[in-house]
Amino acid sequence: MSIDVDEVKKIARLACLNIDETDMPSYATNLSNILDLVAQMNAVDTTGVTPMSHPFDAVQRLREDEVTDFDRREDFQAIAPMTEDGLYLVPKVLD
Amino acid sequence: MSSAMNSEWGKWEVVIGLEIHAQLATRSKIFSGASTAYGAEPNTQTSVVDIALPGVLPVLNKEAVHMAVKFGMAIDAEVADRSVFARKNYFYPDLPKGYQISQFDLPIVGLGSIDIELENGDKKTIGVTRAHLEEDAGKSLHEDYAGMTGIDLNRAGTPLLEIVSEPDMRSAKEAVAYMKKIHTLVQYIGICDGNMQEGSFRCDANVSVRPAGQEEYGTRAELKNINSFRFVERAINIEVERQIDLIEDGGEVVQETRLYDSVKNETRSMRSKEEANDYRYFPDPDLLPVMITEEYRQQVRAELPELPEQKQQRYIDELSLSAYDAGVITASLALSSYFDTVAEKTGDAKLSANWITGELSARLNREEIEIDKAPVDAEAFAQLLSRISDNTISGKIAKDVLDAMWEGEGSADDVIESKGLKQITDTGAIEAFVDEVIANNPSQFEELKGGKDKMMGFFVGQVMKMSKGKANPAQVNELIRSKMK
Repeated sequence: MSIDVDEVKKIARLACLNIDETDMPSYATNLSNILDLVAQMNAVDTTGVTPMSHPFDAVQRLREDEVTDFDRREDFQAIAPMTEDGLYLVPKVLD
Repeated sequence: MSSAMNSEWGKWEVVIGLEIHAQLATRSKIFSGASTAYGAEPNTQTSVVDIALPGVLPVLNKEAVHMAVKFGMAIDAEVADRSVFARKNYFYPDLPKGYQISQFDLPIVGLGSIDIELENGDKKTIGVTRAHLEEDAGKSLHEDYAGMTGIDLNRAGTPLLEIVSEPDMRSAKEAVAYMKKIHTLVQYIGICDGNMQEGSFRCDANVSVRPAGQEEYGTRAELKNINSFRFVERAINIEVERQIDLIEDGGEVVQETRLYDSVKNETRSMRSKEEANDYRYFPDPDLLPVMITEEYRQQVRAELPELPEQKQQRYIDELSLSAYDAGVITASLALSSYFDTVAEKTGDAKLSANWITGELSARLNREEIEIDKAPVDAEAFAQLLSRISDNTISGKIAKDVLDAMWEGEGSADDVIESKGLKQITDTGAIEAFVDEVIANNPSQFEELKGGKDKMMGFFVGQVMKMSKGKANPAQVNELIRSKMK
């Protein structure tokens, strides 16, 4: 299993990571190595083993449906770069 | 356009699947204790979890799980022993974590089904592939902020149940019937307020076409965020038309997300989401699997309220309503509650049903409002009908009284009193009218006596006119007959 530079570019774009062009080949090698490891594990016979959908052998605890958090907008917005009319302002994202 | 209206697409078959997002009616959010109430000042209903501060952990809302199970039970679906939350990764400012917590390969509700009624009265079963729990995102406001986008995170973390259908629908009308059925159901079982204006109930439609008889599905386009029944039908039909035209002109449908513009009545491509659609789901390590026991499932099943179809059957069996009236009334929980009150207060289910499906519905349709916005409430409406039953007014006058009540002129009794509409039951007074009408129309009266029964309507009509509608029609009838002897 190997990943080429084009795939690294695509993954980086999806993850919004800015990866230097010169680093691409080494990323491709490292990611390919990880996939090779997975391929090795995949080769193990797991007949009769229930696939694990979560690493912890525990069950979700549930919360009562009660409102316990109240308005702290002022605190939260104190650390925001820009706000107006109670809104967080961010660079325009409409395409 | 005519082809769109009768959903006749020639040699083409239309295939539709819907993804409905129902906002669950919990008090607090799915993973935090912030309020879900609609309409608050921006960002005043957010917690550290909703705005994704580092180091915080989501804790699942018990009631959200309960509501999802309730839905599963109501559509006879498989409710999973074990379901798992997954992260759906994408970047958008109204999603501060960089991922939406959703469910992917192990949803809480599995395969179920729901019956819809087609226009010709036939039943059709629509498969529900799955329903899963997820959190809503915040809201982006693109106007008014000088080149910036404003973000309101009040809605972020509101619990949603995403209900995914099988591609079982073959026309826009079927899709609407299915959507209405789900809309009614979620309100009956009390898991969603169904308010489409506030976005509590919205849908995406997957639409494709294929030559009739072909087994393989055509390439589908996904129509996003449609928030009214009318728009679902129009958006689907306009999209079907576009796809057929495209193929017949030698083109190919591209798998993409399209937005319906209700003003221009067209669908248009949103940014090509091929890449953005790669969400790289993986199990959320912050949340453990949700376990549902058989005992819990049975408990939830037992507490299910009367469902629309059961209620419809009860109205037919116990109240002797027609299948049509029972269907119309039970199609909306609010309308059936209204009916229940009116029928109980008047003690006359049939009269109540006639007036609710007739005069009341006509007024609601004319003004395009829902029953909960009707200016005449159930108690007031019941009083009006009682005045017909006790012969204070005729049915004809009752319509005028209802108009006045609708305009806010007071209760039925107020209007009857202030306008002097009380039915004349004094035989002497009515007899005077009858005598006058006979005196004015001697030849017609001879015809009547001669056996021309149709003349009866003329005489009753004349007397009613003279009494300004206030004479009791039955009494008028009787008096005219007595004069014929």
